[in-house]
Amino acid sequence: MSRETRAIQDDDTTNPGMLWVLDGEALWNRKAGTADRACAACHGDARTSMKGVAARYPAFDAALGRPVNLEQRINFCRTGRQKAPPLAFESRELLALTAYVARQSRDLPINIAIDARNKPFLDAGSEAFHRRQGQLNLACSQCHDDNWGKRLAGSLIPQAHPTGYPLYRLEWQGLGSLERRLRNCLIGIRAEPHAYGAPEFVDLELYLMWRANGMKVETPAVRP
Amino acid sequence: MARAVVTMPAQAKRGEIVEIKTLAQHPMETGFRRTQTGELIPRDIIRRFTCTYNGVEVYRADLHPAIAANPLISFTTVASESGALTFQWTGDNSYTVTEIAPIRVE
Repeated sequence: MSRETRAIQDDDTTNPGMLWVLDGEALWNRKAGTADRACAACHGDARTSMKGVAARYPAFDAALGRPVNLEQRINFCRTGRQKAPPLAFESRELLALTAYVARQSRDLPINIAIDARNKPFLDAGSEAFHRRQGQLNLACSQCHDDNWGKRLAGSLIPQAHPTGYPLYRLEWQGLGSLERRLRNCLIGIRAEPHAYGAPEFVDLELYLMWRANGMKVETPAVRP
Repeated sequence: MARAVVTMPAQAKRGEIVEIKTLAQHPMETGFRRTQTGELIPRDIIRRFTCTYNGVEVYRADLHPAIAANPLISFTTVASESGALTFQWTGDNSYTVTEIAPIRVE
C-alpha cells in the first residue's frame, strides 16, 4: 500500500469506506422484519457492545457446529431475531452493517482463539491455503508466503493478512468483502470460485484471520 | 442512499484560511462501460459541485466521466464573516444533494 493510499485510509474525512460505515449506523438503528426490532434494540450502542467483536470472527457457532463469518452472523440475527429476510451477500446493506460493526474494532488486535471445536476447520483452511489448484496449479502460499514483496504485473504481492475487511478497493470503486477478494484470487489462478458464504471460504477466512493474529483491525481499509 | 460528508472547522478567526473537505457518495458511472451481454450502461455522474458562502459562490467544479466514484473535493476559502456555507452536488438522473455547514468567525 502506498503512502497516499494510507493517507486516504487513516483520515476518516477522506476515507470513502466511511460512507458505508455511516449507512451502517443508520441501518443499525432502523427497525426491520416482522419482529419490528432494530439491531440497537438488543445490542444497544454499537460503540461499546460491538467493540472487539470483528477481531474474533469467523467464530464458532454452536447451533450450526461450524465457524461463521461476520456477514453470516448478521444474517442469522436478521432471520432469527428480527424475523427479516437475510441480506444478499455483497449487497450495499450487508456491507454497510458489517463495516459499521467491524469499524468498532478498529486498532484492536485480531484475536482468533483456537480450541478443539474449530481446530478441524482451521486445518481445512490451512490445507486449502497450501493446496495447488486451478489451471495455473498455484497454491495461495506460493504467492503470499514464498513471494510476498515481489511484484505480480506491477502490483505488490501482499502477505494476505485480512486486517481491513470489508474494505474500499480503488479497483472496485466501492466496498467489498474478503470473500469477494478471495473469488478474485481464485479466478486469477483459473480455479472455480466458491459461492459466497460457502463453508470452504469460511474455513479459509478462519485460517487467514488466525494467521493475522495480533495485527490491528483497520476496517474500513483502503487498498489499491 | 445519497450521502455527502463535509468536514470543516466550525469556527475560525477573521481572515483565516479554512480547509474544507467534501466527500459525496456516488458511483460516477462513466457511460462507456458495457454489461456482460453487451448493453451500454447509461452514464450516471455528478456534473457540478458548487459551494456558496452566505450566498456568494466561492468554489465551483465541473465533473466529467472518468472521475473516480465517491469524489473527494478539497479546497480552501477565507473566513470573512459568520454564517453558513452551502454545498450542492447536481448530476444525471436529477441527482441533487445539499449540505449546509455553519461557521462562526471571531
